[in-house]
Amino acid sequence: MSTIKVSIVSSSEEIYSGEGTMVFATGSLGEIGIAPGHTPLLTGLAPGPVRVQNGDDEKTFFCSGGFIEIQPDLVTFLSDRAERAESMDEAEAIKSQELAEKNMQDKESELDYTKAAAQLAEAAARIKTIQKLRKNK
Amino acid sequence: MANTKEVRKQIASIKSTQKITSAMEMVAASKIKKTQNEMQLGRPYSEKIKEVISHIANSSSEYSHPFYEHRETKRACFLVVSSDKGLCGGLNINLFKQVISKSAELNAQGIESNFALIGLKAASFFKSVGGDVVANVQKLGDKPDPDALIGLTKTVLDLHRNGEIDQVYLCGNGFVNTMTQEPKVEQLIPLPAEEKDELTATHWDYIYEPEAQDLLEGLMTRYIESLIYHAVIENSACEQAAKMLAMKNATENAGDLIKELELLYNNVRQAAITQELSEIVGGAAAV
Repeated sequence: MSTIKVSIVSSSEEIYSGEGTMVFATGSLGEIGIAPGHTPLLTGLAPGPVRVQNGDDEKTFFCSGGFIEIQPDLVTFLSDRAERAESMDEAEAIKSQELAEKNMQDKESELDYTKAAAQLAEAAARIKTIQKLRKNK
Repeated sequence: MANTKEVRKQIASIKSTQKITSAMEMVAASKIKKTQNEMQLGRPYSEKIKEVISHIANSSSEYSHPFYEHRETKRACFLVVSSDKGLCGGLNINLFKQVISKSAELNAQGIESNFALIGLKAASFFKSVGGDVVANVQKLGDKPDPDALIGLTKTVLDLHRNGEIDQVYLCGNGFVNTMTQEPKVEQLIPLPAEEKDELTATHWDYIYEPEAQDLLEGLMTRYIESLIYHAVIENSACEQAAKMLAMKNATENAGDLIKELELLYNNVRQAAITQELSEIVGGAAAV
């Protein structure tokens, strides 16, 4: 089966580098599936899970915002922060969501509000990733 | 001649200084490892983003970014990366010298300069020298956070966008090895034009989602940010290496000084004994 080269990097470390037969991610305009031979595409990366399938093997990673570059033979995820989904703690995620919601309620300025909204989106995406991972097991 | 008590006091004070410098040397030696590790971890991201940027440069993009645009230069901005703490030899001052000479060179061509500073040392240096400082970040600590640099980067990029500055130079120390650090002044904006690949001579372009302009704007900003972040990390590795070397030298110098003072102490003590003896002998002879 043909494969595509996948690399997921965050500003502080390399998360994953390897081959995949199919990759799913959340682009800024919605979910996208990437198969080998995809047309060159440049898009934003929304916070959410990134799934890399290689044959029967599937790995899930969590990426916060960033960019996706797709070439026919390779796909690169430039994430501001990324982590292996296995290492994610649901309690932590829910806690940060609660904090973000609280911040949003007693918003003091416009700036704080946008920051809180971004935090909330990220926390929600994290929880989504964990739940998806649980379902697969 | 000095008396023994004074010399002893001096020796004790130098010994305690030596203890401090040798402790600092060891701290720096252990931190080098950490900062170097961090440099390594950050490398994949900067390599990948560079790759993506060069792909974009190679594509026949519908939109060309202002960071590539060479315009008539009236004002340049120096982004100076320095350490927060001193005691690291000539690391910072060597860099500042190079920045100043480059700025003087531009000045001769009628280009004014202003400065965006990272680190306490740069802030205090350019305060005393006098320069137009547009942005300043300090106290990043041993583990610099990329988020802390966003504000400074934005200020500089906004100035570029508004046409208030036309060139940006990134100045920081390059890590060669633990013994050698090299001050570098590199042009950040306009970005050097990428060489076109032979293979990609055919016309192709990305599909952009959403608009090319927004996307490239964001990506370019991230690229510049990652370059600056890398410079900060590299500078912090340099700082630890230079600190280790400076403290090692200081410890050795303290050792030499102690040796000399001990010799002096023995001389003084012997002189005192000899004098006392000759007084006793003189006294006995008189009786």
